Amino acid sequence: MTTISSASAAFTGRDPGNRLYGPVPDVSEQAGYVEEHPKRVGFFTDTSVCIGCKACEVACKEWNTLPMDDSHGKRDAIGLSGMSYDNTGMLGANSWRHVAFIEQSRAVDLPMPTFGRPGNDRQDSGPSPAVAGDDVSLANAQQSVLNAEALSEFDPQTGQTGADKQIRWLMSSDVCKHCTHAGCLDVCPTGALFRTEFGTVVVQSDICNGCGYCVAACPYGVIDQRKDDGRVFKCTMCYDRLTDGLMPACATACPTQSIQFGDLDELQALADARLATLQEQGVETARLYGRDEDDGVGGAGAFFLLLDEPEVYGLPPDPIVTTRDLPAMWKAAGKAALMMIGVAATAVLGSRR
Amino acid sequence: MTGGITSPEAGWRQADGGPSVQRTGKRRRRRGRGGRGEVAMVDDVEFTSYYGRQIVKTPVWKSPDVPLYLFLGGAAGSSSILAAVADLTDRPTLTRVGRLTAGGGAILSVVALVHDLGRPERFLHMLRVFKPTSPLSVGTYILSPFGAAAGATAAVELLGWFPRLKRFGGVVAAIFGGPLATYTGVLLANTAVPSWHAAHTQLPYVFGGSAMAAGGGISMAFTPVDEAGPARKMAVAGAAIELAAMHEVENDHGLLSEPFHEGRPGAFMRAAKACTAAGAGLTVLAGRNRWGAVASGTLLAAGSLLTRFGVFEAGIASTKDPKYVVVPQRERLAARGNGHVSTVTR
Repeated sequence: MTTISSASAAFTGRDPGNRLYGPVPDVSEQAGYVEEHPKRVGFFTDTSVCIGCKACEVACKEWNTLPMDDSHGKRDAIGLSGMSYDNTGMLGANSWRHVAFIEQSRAVDLPMPTFGRPGNDRQDSGPSPAVAGDDVSLANAQQSVLNAEALSEFDPQTGQTGADKQIRWLMSSDVCKHCTHAGCLDVCPTGALFRTEFGTVVVQSDICNGCGYCVAACPYGVIDQRKDDGRVFKCTMCYDRLTDGLMPACATACPTQSIQFGDLDELQALADARLATLQEQGVETARLYGRDEDDGVGGAGAFFLLLDEPEVYGLPPDPIVTTRDLPAMWKAAGKAALMMIGVAATAVLGSRR
Repeated sequence: MTGGITSPEAGWRQADGGPSVQRTGKRRRRRGRGGRGEVAMVDDVEFTSYYGRQIVKTPVWKSPDVPLYLFLGGAAGSSSILAAVADLTDRPTLTRVGRLTAGGGAILSVVALVHDLGRPERFLHMLRVFKPTSPLSVGTYILSPFGAAAGATAAVELLGWFPRLKRFGGVVAAIFGGPLATYTGVLLANTAVPSWHAAHTQLPYVFGGSAMAAGGGISMAFTPVDEAGPARKMAVAGAAIELAAMHEVENDHGLLSEPFHEGRPGAFMRAAKACTAAGAGLTVLAGRNRWGAVASGTLLAAGSLLTRFGVFEAGIASTKDPKYVVVPQRERLAARGNGHVSTVTR
């Protein structure tokens, strides 16, 4: 069997063009699965149909036997985040799916009906049809409309509050992105993090020595350490289920197909079609996140359709894998080391005895 | 509609007016000491976040383990170089002091590094692979031979055995000493921690300079003044490099330089600069006096240690506020010109 490299694509020599960043046609092959291997799989999370039910979170916790934690990752603690319906708060060592919840409002300039004297809005269209006997019914109509308006003031179902505000709820199930160029995998000094034959990124907990480098290296803030355990944990895309031909637990549990699992190329085509449909329907704020293979992580294995800017959902707007700049860093470190030898040599040789 | 580069275009705001849309806050500060009146402005930008929560995770590295490791590794590395060159030019006391500092620092830095692991008993797992993409892996292969060579050299120095082996061990340690002191800059910079990564080409010089200031300072304090000339020179040069490189880190990166000026990290950095500058000045003025050498060596070592703490804490601080992630990335997107997908209406 070929050695499955836990090293990044970089320095393996198989892909001289995009070793540290940029598109990679076959991540599994680049990681050492040169023989037959399954196609790269992924998640497409379509947040436009997410209903925020958190079935994915529950399924994930159940399947992976993750301990309870609060919105700050504190284990075995129960508590409300105090900010919204989202009490999971963030991805972490014990939360591998996280449903974000955002309530937004905006001022709207809709052509609201006017309730002045009848005919006021039709002054230019001939004589007013209003006659003296209509005054009572007019007052009634005004009253009922005002009541309806008052009723709808705090009703999110109508999508309006008062006369000039619109409310919407954004929900999105966040997960590890299983990047093409995964910072966590690149910096892991033990080889505990590795690329699977499915192109996903998984931690081997019997190897991890808890150095915590991956925690600092993830541009999305996904992977985290269990304080009491010392090791790090994150989404495995249900590696155990994949090897048995099953879908990951979260995608299986999702009641609206907001979380779609499949071969990455098929999901990408699906997502492009879905985006086109939404834009046709006038949802111009829809955009794909993590779909672009030319982005800072070479495209994500788990990507999203969002309805607002990424940072609104707690996602970085332009993540770049930190190792992209590593050659420049090593060069600087080498030069600085030579500088030290130069300074020391000069100091010794330049000193009188 | 909001006008900031980072705000959504469709006019959607968090409904309860919570911390979703924040401002980075306007601040003015003076650049360095020389540029009086020259003012660096960090623009007040509006940006969005998820309830003000941080985006990248705060490193789980412990303080003081990691800052101490950075300091000890640096001091040991530069001392080993000084000792090797001093040995070649026949300065026995300086050589001895340098070797003992290198050996002691090496052993203590290994302790600090292993203690910082979540599973210290598994530290050997780092020797099962070699990964150039992981500075910690590379560092392991720098620290291991350095620790072995410097530790053995220091031991035979104490015991007085095998003079030729001692010289060989000293040279091996010196070869790994420079990389040991500077790789730690890469160790911090090769992360998603905004303020560390922004300074990724400067931190190795900061740490290299800081290491020489510390190593030179410690050697100077323990060596008779007439033999300590090289230690003094290296210490002063190192301090100058540290101050110059740190000045760039503190001023070149706009918003990402901000954590180096504020709160605890800001206090560390100011104290570090004061100690380093005072130590260097005192070395020049009174380095040939026994107590002057001890005082200035102590100041330089303290300055180096404080620099490590300051840089470490500044990075930690930069992970805790989403503005350090969102705003620079938004600016990057705006500069590329393709980042802002039109988000009008609905």
